[in-house]
This record gives sequence, C-alpha cells and structure tokens, in this order.
Amino acid sequence: MRLFAPGPRETPLDAPQNTTLRVGEDRPIRLDSGLDLGPVTVAYQTVGRLNADRSNAILICHALTGDHYVAGINPVTGKPGWWDALVGPGRVLDTNRFFVVCANVLGGCLGTTGPRDINPATGKPWGLHFPVITIGDMVTVQARLLDALGIEQVFCVIGGSMGGMQVLEWAASYPERVFTAVPIAASYRHSAQNIAFHEVGRQAIMADPDWRGGDYHEHGVIPQRGLAVARMTAHITYLSETALHRKFGRRLQDREAVTYGFDADFQVESYLRHQGSTFVDRFDANSYLYITRAMDYFDLATEYGGTLANAFRATPTRFCIISFSSDWLFPTVESRAIVHALNSVAANVSFVEVESDKGHDAFLLDEPEFHETLRGFLDGAARHRGLPPTAEGAR
Amino acid sequence: MIVPPAGAGARVGEPVSTGNGDLRFDLRIIADMVRPGARLLDVGCGDGALLQHLAQTKAVDGRGIELSMAGVRAAVRRGVSVIQGNADTDLADYPAGAFDYAILSQTLQAMQQPRTVLEQLLRVADHAIVSFPNFGYWKARWHLVTRGRMPVTAGLPEEWWATPNIHFCTIKDFVVLARHMDIRIEHGVALNEDGSVHRLSATGPWANLLSAQAVFLLTRVAPPGAVGA
Repeated sequence: MRLFAPGPRETPLDAPQNTTLRVGEDRPIRLDSGLDLGPVTVAYQTVGRLNADRSNAILICHALTGDHYVAGINPVTGKPGWWDALVGPGRVLDTNRFFVVCANVLGGCLGTTGPRDINPATGKPWGLHFPVITIGDMVTVQARLLDALGIEQVFCVIGGSMGGMQVLEWAASYPERVFTAVPIAASYRHSAQNIAFHEVGRQAIMADPDWRGGDYHEHGVIPQRGLAVARMTAHITYLSETALHRKFGRRLQDREAVTYGFDADFQVESYLRHQGSTFVDRFDANSYLYITRAMDYFDLATEYGGTLANAFRATPTRFCIISFSSDWLFPTVESRAIVHALNSVAANVSFVEVESDKGHDAFLLDEPEFHETLRGFLDGAARHRGLPPTAEGAR
Repeated sequence: MIVPPAGAGARVGEPVSTGNGDLRFDLRIIADMVRPGARLLDVGCGDGALLQHLAQTKAVDGRGIELSMAGVRAAVRRGVSVIQGNADTDLADYPAGAFDYAILSQTLQAMQQPRTVLEQLLRVADHAIVSFPNFGYWKARWHLVTRGRMPVTAGLPEEWWATPNIHFCTIKDFVVLARHMDIRIEHGVALNEDGSVHRLSATGPWANLLSAQAVFLLTRVAPPGAVGA
C-alpha cells in the first residue's frame, strides 16, 4: 500500500472534452435507404491528445442505449461514463498514449441528429419522418467526423454489442483507415431471436397510447410505460440466468411474504421496474425504434454477396474478437463465425472467449480477464504501429 | 526417469516457456529452421512464446491456433495473434499457400487425425515443421518390455486412459508415413531427452532407437514435371 501515492494527474487538458460538430453541410450523407440527410450534428467526446502524426486515435463505438460519455462523469446521469473503468490515464485505453474519440450514433438522442430533433423542412420534430438508418449510416457519419478531425487512419476501432457491429462495418468499408478492429460481444448479423426481442420492445412502445404515432413531443407527453417495458425486456437479455439468480434469487422486496397481488413482490421485479423507469429519463422512444431497426437490418454477409469472408478480402487490419461464455444474446458461436471468415482470407486475427457468468453485459463490467486480454492486444498492436508508451509530439 | 523427456511431454495448452523467457529446447531448434520475415502459423501454440520469440528476433508475421483458452489468453496478452480453435477441424478454414511455414510442435500425437492434419499443414503452408516424442526410443522399448505397461513419467504423467496424447509414433513410423504421403523431409534433427541436439541423423538407422524426440522440416514432393522443386 502506498500511503502518499500521487492523485490522478488529470489536468483540464486531459479531462474528457464534450463537444459537437456539423458534418455534411457541403455534401449531405447518402443513406443506405437512398435518401440524403444533412447537415448532421455529431455530439462526441475526446480524451487524451492526438499525436503529431495523428496515428494514436481510438474510435469507440457505443451500444444501443449507450452514449458518447465514455469517461469522466456523464453530465446527463451524474454517474461515471459507461467505460470509465477502461478509459483514462494508465487504464486499458491509456489516454496518456491514445487519443480516444466516441461519438453519439446517428439516430441517437444525446446530441447527434435523431428523430427528436427538428426537421428543417417542417420546423417540427422529425418523429417517424426521420429516415430509417443503418449501422452503415452510423459509420458513414463517424467517418465524416474523423475527416473533420483530420484523422486519416485510426489506431483502433473498438466497441461492444451494437458497437461491435459498427467495428465490423468500419473494417469492411474502410480497411485502410482501421489499423486494428476489436468487436466485442458482437455479431456480423442480427439473429432471428434478437430481431424478435427488438420487435417486442418496439411493439411495447407503439402500443402505449402516449406514443401518438411518434408525435408525442408535440403533445407534450412521452410513452413512458411502453419504453420502460421495452427496456425491461431488453435488460433481461443482457444478463444471464446465473447472474440473475446470484443477484436476486427468489428473494422478496422489503417484505416477509408474498402479498397475493401484483406488486413487485420479488427483488428481480423491483430491479427491472427501476431499470425501466430510469431509462425513460435518459432515452428517447423514437430513437429506440430507429436504432433497434438499424441493428435488425445489419447483415454484413448479405452486404457482401452472401459470403462474410468477402467483406474482409485482403484486409490489412489486425482483428481481436472477444466474446463472453455466458452471453446468449451474441453467443460465442457468432464470434467464431467471424473468426472463420477472417481465417479464410488469412487475416491477422486473435480470438478469445472470456469465461464469465455475467451475460452480454460483461463487456461493460469489471472482468479482469477481458481487460488484461485487451491490454495485451493493444500493447502488441501499438508496438507494431510504432506508438510510444506516451503520446509524442501531442498537440 | 524414463521416456519421453520433460520437454517432449509438454501437453497441449501448457506453457512452453519458463519464467525467465527462455524457449523450450525443441522450440529453439524450430526457430532456427524459420527464415526471417516469413509468414507462419503455429498450430497448438500454447502461450505463444515461440510466436513472440520469432516476431522479436526474426520479424516473422505469425499466427497461432490453440485449443486451451488459458493458452490463448496468455498468448494474446503477449501481443501475438492467436485464436482459440482446434487443429483437427479449423485448419480447413485457411486458404492454400497462406503461409510459408506451419508449425506443429509436440502436438501431432494429440491429434484425432494426424495424417489429415499433416496434409492440411502442407496445404496452408509451403513448409511444415513437426516435432514429436519418439516412441521408438530405447527407454520406451525397455519400459514396455520389462514392465509390460505404457510409460508414465514426469513428462507424461497421465495414465494411458487420461492422456490427451492419443497417437504416439516412432521416428520410423513418421518417415514411412511421410514417404507414403509424398512428403519430402528437407531436414531432420534428433534430440536427446533434455532437448539437446543428438549428433545422429534423424533419418538415419540409429536415431529411432537412440533419440528421444525429433524435429522435421517438411515440404511437398514437387509434382512430376515441375521445374526447380
């Protein structure tokens, strides 16, 4: 134990910076649907400093209900950012060494253009008039952001779940711009079971009378109950039976016996209701519809003529695929399919299944083995890229 | 102490390096056979010590396959590219000629289909480097003759019903199989129990009796009419 250890050296310059930028003003974003959208506002966070030759950037792609507040304190919730344990000085994504960028996705509700924003054509919120977007469209917007930041090639694109889908899309669409790609707890296509769960969530939102055909903002209401049920359903899929049982078992909530009613008798019910109600405060229902749809549409194999390997032919990117043993939403077999495809084109790939009973959410939690594996991979790749242990010539 | 030696007994997934970073003897022999800058696949790469060594000393572009998750995690932490997989099934994924070398060190005897794996090694790579414990070694023969039982040693501690090593062979068996499969042995090194190099030729008449393990550099016999070979 070091009694007089120096505190974290977080000068204001090293602290996470939250800002926005407009892209597509000169040239709109051509969406996969064929529609044009622009200009688009992108809300993003940066941590650390870009080095002189702009080679030390790490792009983090967030998950379905994530945001760009990866490190430091999330100003919306007042809690630490969703990957604060991994991003910072001396941490796995070492901001003394790397320049970390994370952008809120297209269609989101935390600063990047989405269905809650004003449609310039009507002066009213987009609602369901917002164009349907895809994972590819999210990546297109991120690419425009990197263009604006003057970053030609990122050292790493990394993300879990839907973030991992974006990572794969990045590697397929811009192989020369991605030195390493780390899709975590992800898949190259959304499975029928996952589409089914998303559909339940969407139907819950749309069945709420307060949804008002998507125009709830104009009526001064939000479909709280529908969105909460969507979140409750989804949350179950992020855990595992083992994790749920360990956390709650059949324990009762603040009572000695069941009440023979429909109150939240069980702790697990109380927990899910809490998850649902807090989610409503921070997330937009229409964004939830659009982003789940984008995930449903994702199928990298189909994008490349039905053969996943075609997406990675002659790729120069180094891949590290990570899955978790108890993840039943994006199970290891899906990661293994990506590995098979990469092997078939002799790509440079590492693959690790981390033993964990925490389910899909393990990528957000304290999993030392996951963190150490990631640290080793990034270290090795940084050596190959010739990145020194601290950002040199940082501006 | 009976056969095979500790080095030869390393099982799939076991660390192949000591704490101070020294390479196992047979891995040093293998490393010497690889030319700098080559593309290489290490099948059953354990904790990736050989891959790391080759990357650092010979700028080799290396990949690994390892069955045990513990081995894979250790290797990825070292910064080498390794996937969790099974050589019996996963070699088929790689395109032909993807590598200059495919290495199978002390793993052949743990394969379900050693012959198929050998075919695959020489499909995905121009050269294969294969090392294995020699069950023709005189101490193995002596053990079998005097005790009438399969050898159980410090290096191979499992009883016959528990060992992952299911297809032991002698050097002579291996040479016969190579000939049968039109595989050319470019180079062979016979090793002692401690892994040091035996002065006998690995393919000569005495190595099968006197050496505890062997390392072979293999390539395909050129098809008839091919120029250069």
